[in-house]
Amino acid sequence: MINLTVDGIEVKLPEGSTVMQACESVNAEIPIFCFHERLSIAGNCRMCLVEIAGSPKPIASCAFPIAEGMEVITTSKKVKDAREGVMEFLLINHPLDCPICDQGGECDLQDQALYYGRGMSRYSEDKRAVDDKPFGPLIKTAMTRCIHCTRCVRFMDEVAGVHELGAIGRGEDMEIISVAESGLGGELSGNIIDLCPVGALTSAPYAFTARPWELKHTNSIDVLDAIGSSIRIDSKDEKVMRILPRLNEEVNEEWLGDKSRFACDGLANQRLDSPYRKNSKGKLEKCNWDEAFDTIFKKITKFKNNEIAALAIGNSCIESMVTLKDLMSGLNVSNLDSRSELSSLPIKASERCGWLFNPKISGIEKFDSLTIIGSNPRYEAPILESRIRKAWLNSDMSIGRIGGDCMLSYPLIELGSKTSIFDDLLNNSHSYNKVLEASSRPGFIIGEGVINRKDGYGIIGKIRKIAEKYNAFNEEWNGLGFLHTSAGTVGALEVGFVPGNKGKNTTEIINSAHKGKIKFVWLLNTDDCDLDAFSNSFIVYQGHHGDKAAEIADVILPGRAYTEKEATYVNTEGRVQRTQQAVQSPGDSKEDWKIVRAFSSILGKPLPYNNISELRNRIEKINPYLTVENYVINGCLSNIGDPDLKISNHDINPLDINYYMTCPISRFSETMAKCSMQSKKNGKKN
Amino acid sequence: MSIRRPAPDLIQPKTFKFSTINLIQIEKILKKYPHDKKSSAVLPLLDLAQRQNDNWLPLAAIKIVANTLEMPMVKVLEVSTFYNMYNLSPVGKNLLQVCTTTPCWLRGSDEIYEACKEKLGIDFGGTTKDKDFTLIEVECLGACSNAPIVQINDDYYEDLDEISITSIIDKLKKNIQPQTGPQSERTGSEPLNTKRR
Repeated sequence: MINLTVDGIEVKLPEGSTVMQACESVNAEIPIFCFHERLSIAGNCRMCLVEIAGSPKPIASCAFPIAEGMEVITTSKKVKDAREGVMEFLLINHPLDCPICDQGGECDLQDQALYYGRGMSRYSEDKRAVDDKPFGPLIKTAMTRCIHCTRCVRFMDEVAGVHELGAIGRGEDMEIISVAESGLGGELSGNIIDLCPVGALTSAPYAFTARPWELKHTNSIDVLDAIGSSIRIDSKDEKVMRILPRLNEEVNEEWLGDKSRFACDGLANQRLDSPYRKNSKGKLEKCNWDEAFDTIFKKITKFKNNEIAALAIGNSCIESMVTLKDLMSGLNVSNLDSRSELSSLPIKASERCGWLFNPKISGIEKFDSLTIIGSNPRYEAPILESRIRKAWLNSDMSIGRIGGDCMLSYPLIELGSKTSIFDDLLNNSHSYNKVLEASSRPGFIIGEGVINRKDGYGIIGKIRKIAEKYNAFNEEWNGLGFLHTSAGTVGALEVGFVPGNKGKNTTEIINSAHKGKIKFVWLLNTDDCDLDAFSNSFIVYQGHHGDKAAEIADVILPGRAYTEKEATYVNTEGRVQRTQQAVQSPGDSKEDWKIVRAFSSILGKPLPYNNISELRNRIEKINPYLTVENYVINGCLSNIGDPDLKISNHDINPLDINYYMTCPISRFSETMAKCSMQSKKNGKKN
Repeated sequence: MSIRRPAPDLIQPKTFKFSTINLIQIEKILKKYPHDKKSSAVLPLLDLAQRQNDNWLPLAAIKIVANTLEMPMVKVLEVSTFYNMYNLSPVGKNLLQVCTTTPCWLRGSDEIYEACKEKLGIDFGGTTKDKDFTLIEVECLGACSNAPIVQINDDYYEDLDEISITSIIDKLKKNIQPQTGPQSERTGSEPLNTKRR
């Protein structure tokens, strides 16, 4: 430990700490531009200058290590003058166009110029002007405003792992450029908007639409992937203007994937704002809730219980799934499922370690080797990808990949995509055995490329065997991480939205529907299954967007999107989180669980809960932790999968998804459409 | 100092390839650095590429250097736009770098500049029609005791005056290597008015 004083207050800090950390520990405020906790130290803005007794010149506190007996002064005239000087230099080439700058009101330079600058400018010469750069459809640039803090460059290099930004030239001629021909690559580029301390990089879709002080902030949870990043929804006039990440060390740190951040314009397009039903000509027409329920009632009472089925997920919340499940059990219908076709996820709660990301997202940093099997974290969960990169940067862990050829942001040991590798690894006859042997905490990420296979159960069993062999599946360390793509998956399994006694699973429901044996199907936010199967069935679609399933539905029940309801989700690691209502939902749409509850009274079998707290009491009976926000459900060990099952020799491939269009919200987002076009232009693999 | 940016696309060659001799040279250079710190060799490699390519660095060469060192291309571009010794667009066979910083200026760099300009018919930043000479202004070359100085390609010509710089240019025109170093009676930077014993 090293002893020093800051403004006369004694501080004790471990060796290697910086002067800035010492100042922060006594709440001495240091203005900064280039410094960022999660990025490497650049020390080039010079705003953090402080005085050290005995040193003739002020020093940059972010980059200066502490020493025994050091006396740091942050309040002297010298420091004040130094800050004023730096600020004056920064403002020399800064355009001072705050009234037309989108950063206005949340600009570091604006704030710090007020607190640490001279009141007046002495500069009367010409200012420099810099060409704007093509950073793609998400980021609007005004490079004349750039103060060269290089935060964006460091973020892209270090966190995103996309080496496309650079600072060329020197001195006054320095410019931030991108070498990518059409916009920035990677799925995390939107974060440089938050990082930019000035208005050089601003959000293109949000440009000139609102000022920060007009916005209503609502803390919520993202549901566009299975990670459940913490977000802040900024809304104005009942419209979601933008979505920003919120600090959550356990999940997303302070980053957010581009889809989660920019797909919010899709919330305003193609919304289901009223119930619809098919008229005699087979065309959907608007109706009221009573008419819609009446139509369903007439149909549902006509069929036998084994002719009825219900499918959920997408981004279904727990509340709606529990209600629909209860409705269906009231009708003695056991054909429910939330899993994809061919899915080999277990359904018993005692086997939940077979669907959770057991090592937890933050646990990735404990891995000393990682094997990615049938997954592409870059597209399925960019936040997870950045965690893996962070872990790799800090520890140099070896990362192997089975299946897939997409470029990831860390070096990979390619293990091919043959299924025979699992037996090789079990028999110690593969060179990768050495890597696993050398690691004490091996991690495995198992993606839907494995889960959604006919023989997935067998592969998962073999992976479990391998994990057991290398101490990655025991009470102390469970390194098996199942990575899902939908926000609803884990929640659905937790509440048991799975086939009941003798019930059919998704595959069987679809097969029977093809044969005409399923005559009525209730689709809850389900757009991504084989919808053709239901062409002869009566389809009730409950959801918030007029997407694929709504098109073929016989009755549409308009639900709410995640920004419009308070709903519970469980992320891929089993973390129970709740969204908050930021805006009103359009038209006649209703909260999803209330729709089902209302229909249950029409059926004459009213569900025993009238308000959200009674519903939560019901959910508590399924699993008491499902109502505890931020609780992480743990899976105890169980023999998941069946290692003796014969596995086919079909190659393992991760899901082939377009990152920018995975759900109805992102499919109807104009911004996402632009991104999708750009990424096609750039070539999918890079 | 002019803004340092890559040359326009029109004059950028499409490809660049290191010569066999230089490839051997690269191997030698890389041996000086640890295996996982290859990027340390970026300066010497860019220099090799520049020497091979008539004293200027095209983007194609920057890409090849990046590939050789397993660096992102943009990082090599950053380095090559930072240092003035890398020429980013074509220059003449003889690159006249006239120092105009204070000590040289006090000792008459203005006259040197005028002499060059008159002799070659070009201003700072210009290249003669026969592509033999390019004239540029540089900041302090660090040999102030022998001011004024002009660096021509790799050599320093010191203690210059109008007559000596004109004769150097004349010799270069005739492809004769002029005597490098001080153009006065001294051989180093000893005081001028003391006679050698």
